[in-house]
Amino acid sequence: MDSSTFFGISTLAYFLAMITYITYLAFRKAQIGSVATTVTIIGFVSQTLAIILRWKEFYEIGQMGILRAAPFTNLYESLVFFIWCLILGYLIIEYRYKNKSFGAFVTPVAGLALAFIDLTGMSKEIQPLVPALQSNWLLAHVIMSFISYSTFALAFSTGLMYLIIRSEKRTEPSYIFWTLMMGIFIVLLVAMGLDYLKYRFFIQRPEVLIKSYLFKATFKNESGIIAILSWIVSFSFIFILWRYGYIFKKILGSFSLSPEVLDDITYKSIAIGFPVFTLGGLIFGAIWADQAWGVYWSWDPKETWSLITWFVYAFYLHARLLRGWKGRRIAVVAVLGFVTVVFTYLGVNLLLSGLHSYGALE
Amino acid sequence: MEKADKKNIVDKVWDFFASVRLAIIIFAVLSITSIAGTIIEQNAEPERNIKLLTKFFGPDIAPTAFRIFDSLGFMDMYHSWWFITILLLFAANLIICSIERLPKILKLVKEPVKPLSEEHFKGFGIKKEMVLRGKPDKVKASVESAVKKILGLNPSEIKEEKGVQLYSQKGSFTRLGVYITHFSILIILIGAIIGIFFGFKGFLNLPEGEVSNVAFTRNGHERPLGFSIRCDDFSVDFYGNSDMPKEYSSVLTVIDNGQEVMRKRIEVNEPLKYKGITFYQSSYGIVPGSGERSVFIFRITPAGGKTEEVRLRFGETFSIPNTELTGKIEDFSPAIAFDQTTGRPFTYAEQMSNPAVYISFSEKGRPKYSGWILKRHPGTWRLPEGHIVEFVDLWGIQYTGLQVRKDPGVWVVYLGCIMMAIGLYIAFFMSHRRLWIRLIEEKNGTRVIIGATANKNRQAYERKIERMMDYLTKAQEGGH
Repeated sequence: MDSSTFFGISTLAYFLAMITYITYLAFRKAQIGSVATTVTIIGFVSQTLAIILRWKEFYEIGQMGILRAAPFTNLYESLVFFIWCLILGYLIIEYRYKNKSFGAFVTPVAGLALAFIDLTGMSKEIQPLVPALQSNWLLAHVIMSFISYSTFALAFSTGLMYLIIRSEKRTEPSYIFWTLMMGIFIVLLVAMGLDYLKYRFFIQRPEVLIKSYLFKATFKNESGIIAILSWIVSFSFIFILWRYGYIFKKILGSFSLSPEVLDDITYKSIAIGFPVFTLGGLIFGAIWADQAWGVYWSWDPKETWSLITWFVYAFYLHARLLRGWKGRRIAVVAVLGFVTVVFTYLGVNLLLSGLHSYGALE
Repeated sequence: MEKADKKNIVDKVWDFFASVRLAIIIFAVLSITSIAGTIIEQNAEPERNIKLLTKFFGPDIAPTAFRIFDSLGFMDMYHSWWFITILLLFAANLIICSIERLPKILKLVKEPVKPLSEEHFKGFGIKKEMVLRGKPDKVKASVESAVKKILGLNPSEIKEEKGVQLYSQKGSFTRLGVYITHFSILIILIGAIIGIFFGFKGFLNLPEGEVSNVAFTRNGHERPLGFSIRCDDFSVDFYGNSDMPKEYSSVLTVIDNGQEVMRKRIEVNEPLKYKGITFYQSSYGIVPGSGERSVFIFRITPAGGKTEEVRLRFGETFSIPNTELTGKIEDFSPAIAFDQTTGRPFTYAEQMSNPAVYISFSEKGRPKYSGWILKRHPGTWRLPEGHIVEFVDLWGIQYTGLQVRKDPGVWVVYLGCIMMAIGLYIAFFMSHRRLWIRLIEEKNGTRVIIGATANKNRQAYERKIERMMDYLTKAQEGGH
């Protein structure tokens, strides 16, 4: 069996886990809960095997040292690793807090992301490393960055849930904030999905999709009517989300998630992610750049956005620990922090130029 | 009166700089302004940014917008006066915050833990009680060993009216973690400033065989090195048959005072350092019009004979030892490919991606055969008679692209980074834990009252204390 078989198994397992977690939440039977956890663990183990196998495949093709062959260097591999970290983080939280409710949110994200990677045929072929990327500092940099990204992703989801649970009225800023964030997020995903469906024959790599076809199927359509229609549909969707957002609150309310636990997980995730990000994301990245180019900091967009991310989370920690920011206010910061993470990870590679060669536009 | 007012202003300024509020304002301002610098291309040709601004403001306003942004320093934003001012404000804030808070924290760190009165025990975050058999004196020994074994604390003790109090603390120094982290940021900034004032960044494109005693800065100024550097050779390794470079490297020789003092092969991630100046392998290319001075290198093995290396210039001839066969270099391509239908050769790149040389062979002065010999394809090296003519290199046609840097501050920056790693570890993953235990004699045994605090991750500490209590209970059962 090769790595893609195991990736397939884990994708399937995560979707199965989602169904069992939802069933568990509906019926509250302990056995169903254990089944859900077991299925998730099966998915996780299978994904682990897939990563190891890919590492081996890369090592055999790549004609280089075993460390250099670590499969974390392109967009596809880094997304897979990110999902792996996310599931690991979730399993730790499930164990620590004895709460399986998050499973219903995390497993579909993992399953969808893996399925999306598979569907888009995001270049899975093993690409050898250009010389600048052949560095052990880079390996440490990438691994630690993604560990911190996944803790920030957890903080984002618990922060968002906190806002959903704690917002009462539709006119409240926090209510408007979460409906808007969620609405924009879904609209962007759907619009990119449509771009993909329409232009999939022209797209070899996800970078090409973003560069040449982004929103061509919707907002930037050649036909003005479709473009205008896309805007109208998007606005109405966000409006509907805003109008009926309390449904989410009801659903979440029935999951017996206390706001205190959500807030606690948000804080702890960031408290773990921040030092890991500082060391792995910023410091190791700087050391690698110093060894490769002789410049430890050059204000290129990727570096600058990492620094922006760092400032946002430093803001979170100082506002919370020293200025006593609490509740919804601090949850908003956690959510915004992850927006900068996503931009650092994807936006910079796809939309801005930089020295970082992986995911660079050609 | 006046004096008091003046002091007031100083106080106000001081308070302003010492506030966490300023720190979080600076975080927000730095984040937002930094975004601008990632959208506007830094140090780019003006036309590129005018084009970009046209997208936002339209063609009429774009040139004006460009002038405004330019005069505000946005085209080299991270070096503009106002951005550096914000960074300096950040540093001032860090320094003054630390001066303000450090004495209190130091006192807390140095303060030994003291026994507490009964009243105090009520107010603890972690509060536990249990009863163990035996007199306090006997229980004390097992509690002490459990505290040592499971919590890693070495408690002091004091006699009380009805028993004993044990008290201890650990990790009071961890309260300094935050300050170590803050201080490390200052160290990194100092290192960066040293680099700006006493270092330089430059580049040097050095053709094979050439010597230079200068590097060039971004705006084209010469920068003397204080010694000379020569490129002896440059080569690229590819992945299999692809044109993707696996590694590229140069052999460099340092010449100081007319003496060859150092020779090293550098590659990407593997620089050469001499007298504080570091040379990084960063790019490569072909020197235009270098045909005159370049040299073809062949390794010739006659069938059944010994291998010899020959060096030739364009148009020169060589002979295969022990035969009447001679070869003449007729043509060269840095990147040869053959048209799929006609088979005609053409050059597909301006890099040395697939170098090839066209050689016509004659025997006793009569043309015999001719063909392309490709450096990367050993199949083309073999002649019909079994002689092997390996095309080793065309030396002198390529240049090595070097980044040249002198940064005496980089070690300070590294030191700051190490400090930051240590500081963050202490600040986030270690805590100041204190513990008080009162042992009170009762009718059936000894009541154990535990009170504890931890400034971080209290739940974990509580779990440990619960584990210690389990241990005590089990030890007692096992003892009987």
